[in-house]
Amino acid sequence: MSEKIALSIDDLSFSYGGKKALDNVTFNIRSGECTILLGPNGAGKSTLFALITHLYDTHQGRIELCGYDVKKQTRNALAKLGVVFQQTTLDMDLSVVQNLRYHAALHGMSGKLAMQRIQKELEQLNMFDRRFERVRQLNGGHRRRVEIARALLHKPEVLLLDEPTVGLDVPSRQSIVDYVHHLAANENMAVLWASHLIDEIYPNDHLVVLHKGQVKANGTVDEVLQLTNSPLIKDAFYQLTQGEQA
Amino acid sequence: MNILHYWRAMWGIVGRELWRFVTQRERFISALVRPLIWLFVFAAGFRAALGLAITPPYETYILYEVYITPGLLGMIQLFNGMQSSLSMVYDREMGSMRILLVSPLPRWFLLLSKLLAGTGVSIVQAYVFLGIARAYEIEAPWQGYLWVLPALVLSGLMLGALGLLLSSFIKQLENFAGVMNFVIFPMFFMSTALYPLWKLQESSELLKNLAQYNPFSQAVELIRFALYGQFNQAAFIYTLSAFTIFMAAAIVGYNPSKGMMARKGGAG
Repeated sequence: MSEKIALSIDDLSFSYGGKKALDNVTFNIRSGECTILLGPNGAGKSTLFALITHLYDTHQGRIELCGYDVKKQTRNALAKLGVVFQQTTLDMDLSVVQNLRYHAALHGMSGKLAMQRIQKELEQLNMFDRRFERVRQLNGGHRRRVEIARALLHKPEVLLLDEPTVGLDVPSRQSIVDYVHHLAANENMAVLWASHLIDEIYPNDHLVVLHKGQVKANGTVDEVLQLTNSPLIKDAFYQLTQGEQA
Repeated sequence: MNILHYWRAMWGIVGRELWRFVTQRERFISALVRPLIWLFVFAAGFRAALGLAITPPYETYILYEVYITPGLLGMIQLFNGMQSSLSMVYDREMGSMRILLVSPLPRWFLLLSKLLAGTGVSIVQAYVFLGIARAYEIEAPWQGYLWVLPALVLSGLMLGALGLLLSSFIKQLENFAGVMNFVIFPMFFMSTALYPLWKLQESSELLKNLAQYNPFSQAVELIRFALYGQFNQAAFIYTLSAFTIFMAAAIVGYNPSKGMMARKGGAG
């Protein structure tokens, strides 16, 4: 794991009208590190993702992606970012390869380079043989794999995943969890994974617990367990979110 | 970030839209059926009821079908603009819009590319419609088919930009029915698409004024004159101005710090 900070969130607050969704949120993510953002529904996870991806503008606080201010140097910052959103964002009527080529075009890749990267990423996820199938014909797990391949096409340094395993069966979930951890460990990628599933956490992951827009804990799994004096992450999470269900 | 990046991204967006259009056969057919019904059923029935004086750009008495054809080209583009707007709202609700908005390009460029893609689709529809009309001897001079192209580009951009602007205001798909009632129908019926201004003036001065300043009327007149090889400067300036205003407002609407996107809530 390197010490390079790939994503820095500093004193970030955001409100919808009078309702505060994020309140002085601060944490960093380093390259080669997988950070799990844990929080119950309504904790502010999706708002945080919308701010990092510049779908909403930052009014208070600062977000830096690989040294670029998301608000002021948006395009440089977004070029370093790969995203897998909670809802599927593939075009159901297009084939796998058409979806990926569209993304490659948005990132300015030539046709030849795009095809090379598409082949590489799909092969890594065992989806290359299905590249000409329409997305509508794929099951949920395979669609997710295509979305991960798409998020990696432009070789981002930071990968954001917003609850990517919701609704998937156990083997599909496990293979995605393993693959993303592999990306952080072997490709030196910084990963921010929003989840409310405790079993997706690896022992050497970094944890950020978000509750009602505030960071309740930020550290390694051991540090969070120590902080809460709990034997299990499940108990620590329960304690930090004051008994609310994940 | 270079010109090639912009070029590839624009073709990516336009190519995707055209591909979707040609592969969705039902959409292609339904987009054509609507104006064809107006042309062959409505106009045929109206022919006897409506006498038309000679008005520019026509130099002789014409059949009502001939008069209504440019209006129906406008109608194709109006519906297409609203359809694009509908798909923007749908994409936003379904999330696929996010992939576009998180790509490393300026938002105005992404919106303009979307607009060009929609305009391209509407022009394909317009020419197929003109081809069918010609087969039934509803004809314009040959060079008119060439001159009408730039007019269709501008009118398509203007109506598409209006759709884009509306989509930045509409939060949910359900609200879209209101667009039909409050935008498409008034714009179409209060225009020179179906009746000339002097005919409207006969019934109401107010109606005539509303139709005259309706940007859709100006787009239709631009198309009408171009189809007969003439340049209607006033309609051109009016349509271009309307496009500029709608587009600028749509860009503000999609700006994360100033527009409607900033005011919309989100879960989680």
